[in-house]
Amino acid sequence: MSLRRRFADREDLLGIAMLAPVLLLVGVPVVLAIVLSFSTATAGSLSFGWAGFANYAAILTDPIFRRALANTVIVTIGSQLLVVVLATAAAQVFRAAFHGKRTARFVLLLPWAVPVSLAAIAWTWIFDSTFSVINWTLKVTGLLHGWLYWLGEPRLALVAITIVQAWRIFPFATVIVLAGLASLPQDVMEAAIVDGAGFWRRLFYVELPLLLPVVAVAVLFGVVYTATDLGVVYILTGGGPANTTHVLPTLAFQRGIQGADLGQGAAIAVFLLPFLIVVAIAMLRLARHTEVGST
Amino acid sequence: MKRVALYAAALGFMAFAGFPFYWMLITAFKQNRDLYVGAFDTRHVPWIFNDPPTLEHVRLLFGQTDFLRWIANTLIVVVAVVVITVAVAVPAGYSLARLTGRWGERLGMGIFFTYLIPPTLLFIPFARLVALLGLQNSLGALILIYPTITIPFCTWLVMGFLRSVPWDIEEQAMIDGYSRLAVIVKVVPRLIIPGILTVVVFSFTLVLQEFVYALTFISSVDRMTVSLGVPIALVRGDVYHWGALMAAALFTSIPLAIVYNLFIDRFIQGFTLGAVKG
Repeated sequence: MSLRRRFADREDLLGIAMLAPVLLLVGVPVVLAIVLSFSTATAGSLSFGWAGFANYAAILTDPIFRRALANTVIVTIGSQLLVVVLATAAAQVFRAAFHGKRTARFVLLLPWAVPVSLAAIAWTWIFDSTFSVINWTLKVTGLLHGWLYWLGEPRLALVAITIVQAWRIFPFATVIVLAGLASLPQDVMEAAIVDGAGFWRRLFYVELPLLLPVVAVAVLFGVVYTATDLGVVYILTGGGPANTTHVLPTLAFQRGIQGADLGQGAAIAVFLLPFLIVVAIAMLRLARHTEVGST
Repeated sequence: MKRVALYAAALGFMAFAGFPFYWMLITAFKQNRDLYVGAFDTRHVPWIFNDPPTLEHVRLLFGQTDFLRWIANTLIVVVAVVVITVAVAVPAGYSLARLTGRWGERLGMGIFFTYLIPPTLLFIPFARLVALLGLQNSLGALILIYPTITIPFCTWLVMGFLRSVPWDIEEQAMIDGYSRLAVIVKVVPRLIIPGILTVVVFSFTLVLQEFVYALTFISSVDRMTVSLGVPIALVRGDVYHWGALMAAALFTSIPLAIVYNLFIDRFIQGFTLGAVKG
């Protein structure tokens, strides 16, 4: 029949045609991000000079950048450790049946549903240097004698950032672990019960090893969400005091957008790629080696 | 004893997760003289209303700020992005589930990974693109760029959903003389309405939550979205109107959380499917 009809039945061509927009949409910007990092591009002009490794050389010798890189690693690892502990514990609680579970689940998921920027502004108020309810509570319970300037001291600010990131991500991790728990082979658990293994034994010797791939998935997502997040740090500290609490995204924003040095901003952002590549490889490995969690 | 421990643990997790929302609530309705008492004054308990609650901050938020404007802007962007996302992700998901065969699996995985590519890597090239197109400081920039976040995951959702729909109906339609394209246009949409609904809700929540691109592209207060305007523009100079700020955060969070809660299981299915089973 007509050419049109032939196209309408050529499945390979249809397949490619329908996928092309998606591939263009995300593929091109990533390439452009890397190209920009080797350029002298600035926001003001449309010139596009080749800079070679000049942007990378500039940031690698910059103590603020090194600090931002270190902060990114510290916050990511710290928050994900918290997330693993909180999520596996919370999943143990929420797999049980109890009164008010629906409400409890709703509250548990709030941090994940709320926009990051709004959660961050609420935490900014909670950590306020004068009105912090945390300080009040610690003082009344006798745990604090001095004063905590949460967002005013670099170390304390990093602790605050880590707490907020863990708070934001653990509900998501909990739900993923719960999905994993639901798909565990029942016969293994029953065998463990028959063999007389108690709760803790079952948890540490049977369940957690079986759950490892699912927990890993939750952590991998968590790493991406934390390492690449701009909102929490931007709103809590703005990278301050004195540029000590920057992470890669906030520094990239400060240099690339506010400072209009697109090339350098892009180079800073490119340092996020190793995080992403590690995560991608780990996920592919998991996908190949396990069937757990395949719902 | 075991039950007590269970309830205590559940309450503990609820307290940690819900504490900032309780704090939004209590801040939004406290009178200023009750709100701004330094935390070093241990006799004044900040956890409760020491004075009667007030609507003063809510009135300020709706009467003297651009909050309603931001809501309207957000809705405009949401509608446009949802339409674009459905138009692109549904055919792409169909293609991956039905047409592309074995390399479709790998491609599907690849598309899923693009969901992991964060705005913070792309905002600089996109800033250049937006400048080239002359879309700086307009909602058009957000409508153009947001689909790059929504489409990969939604494509994946549609693909996963279609794999659970049996072939038979489509095959029958083709035996009846429909071309493949006709099947896609006329038959498939009806089969995957729940999948499309999930895509709509997911796009909606992603757009509402987005902050990085909005911060990069939008500078005028009257063109901001809610998630940008509230934390950025409700702060005047160094003056934080905490009551109004927390009221805005609360009024935005709670409806979103309710919608999100209804669909969470579908989203999670998407995540675990994507991550563990290639």
